[in-house]
Amino acid sequence: MTNPTNLQYTAEHEWVALDGDLAKVGVTAYAADALGDVVYVDLPQLGATVTAGESCGELESTKSVSDLYAPVTGEIVEVNDAVDADPSLVNSDPFGAGWLFVVKVSAPGDLIDAAAYEALTSQ
Amino acid sequence: MTTTPAGTPRLTPLHDVHRALGASFTDFAGWQMPVRYASETAEHRAVRTRAGLFDLTHMGEIELTGPGAGAALDHALVSRPSAIGVGRARYSMICAEDGGIIDDLVVYRLAEEHYLVVANASNVAVVAPELAARAHGYDVEVRDTSADWALLAVQGPASAEILAGLTDLHVPDLRYYAIDAGTVAGVDVLLARTGYTGEDGFEVYCRPSEAAAVWAALSDAGEPRGLVPAGLACRDTLRLEAGMPLYGHELDRETTPFEANLGRVVVLDKPEGFVGDAALARRKEEGPQRVLVGLVASGRRSPRAGYPVHDPATGAEVGVVTSGSPSPTLEKPIAMAYVPPALAEPGTRLAVSLRGTLEDAEVVALPFYSRPR
Repeated sequence: MTNPTNLQYTAEHEWVALDGDLAKVGVTAYAADALGDVVYVDLPQLGATVTAGESCGELESTKSVSDLYAPVTGEIVEVNDAVDADPSLVNSDPFGAGWLFVVKVSAPGDLIDAAAYEALTSQ
Repeated sequence: MTTTPAGTPRLTPLHDVHRALGASFTDFAGWQMPVRYASETAEHRAVRTRAGLFDLTHMGEIELTGPGAGAALDHALVSRPSAIGVGRARYSMICAEDGGIIDDLVVYRLAEEHYLVVANASNVAVVAPELAARAHGYDVEVRDTSADWALLAVQGPASAEILAGLTDLHVPDLRYYAIDAGTVAGVDVLLARTGYTGEDGFEVYCRPSEAAAVWAALSDAGEPRGLVPAGLACRDTLRLEAGMPLYGHELDRETTPFEANLGRVVVLDKPEGFVGDAALARRKEEGPQRVLVGLVASGRRSPRAGYPVHDPATGAEVGVVTSGSPSPTLEKPIAMAYVPPALAEPGTRLAVSLRGTLEDAEVVALPFYSRPR
């Protein structure tokens, strides 16, 4: 599976698309595949403040529940209602329609590039 | 996401087939087993509506041969295998002296003096020597033949049609919980009409060296009828919907068959007695302190194994979830849980603590799903 090189990543398997001070966040195809069929996403509330490296929600699949970690610190300015209505978007299009939320970044987190993420997940 | 214990995981003879199909693997009782091929929900639905093909080679096989085989099993297990007709199968259990469940089993009578006992992969290393010890003094040979058998399962409403074109056996004559020796795709097999999904289906026991040929034949014959390869993830949700217990979840050493609503399996009045009979008779007399129930949760989040169950009337923690998952068929979260008998009536309102939040759940009669007949 290929991780887009224009994105940044975390060791917790989130991807981040930075656009100025806005960060769009989702989980990687690797994470989606490992989770199995996602049946419920618990996303942070609009206006909430999230902290890089801390849990800000949950992804529930048929088999398990996993914490969703905030890759950056800031305020939630947009959440993906489509993925709330149809959680399978996380599996079918993790880097696209399965995006989760947008953060107005006040402090960066520990992000790595696609090559480093690739190395991490191919161990 | 998976754990690998010390030592090299065991591979089934179909491992390369699963890899070629793009399976994700999980460690299960020391085996690398396919957990899913693509979507476990799609695999689940295929088994409910058409058919799924499973590799269950990790299951343990123990064979008993000799004139004392039936009597030895009557002594070792809670049921009466000596009363099973040749070519038939029964669900059974092996219990400890204190009545605790060591494993749940399917016992096939292959011939007058030949039984096949199928144990869970995680327990066969305990069950095989225990059966051998309990058979001491009986005229019987007990052998762990797990390495001699590959096990494939075809489950789902289309499975009879799929098998019919491949076997020399007359499939309509093979009743539910029956077994016969025959061929599938020209390969010598034991063909059983058993399974763990709540659907009609077959289990095919063959030599490991011939498993790939049997798999290929079943795939080819099944594909036009909607058969898909199916992994252990959907096997678990299928058995949960069917209200079937899983050892390590609903069943363990601390549980007797009576708590698990499986008292019907126990034959207390066997003339020669059996291991655990005194404790089980006492437990039946006293009545269980906790019983297994089905729960349907009202929210979107699922109860999971180990989550506490509360009585909303008092807030008190009264039980524990043993298995839970979103149900692909009911499209609601379902679970099994142990609760006190007073709270076990269908319709009882309970609550499950979902990582700190109490979520409403209602007791429902098991199974959650029964196939249309």
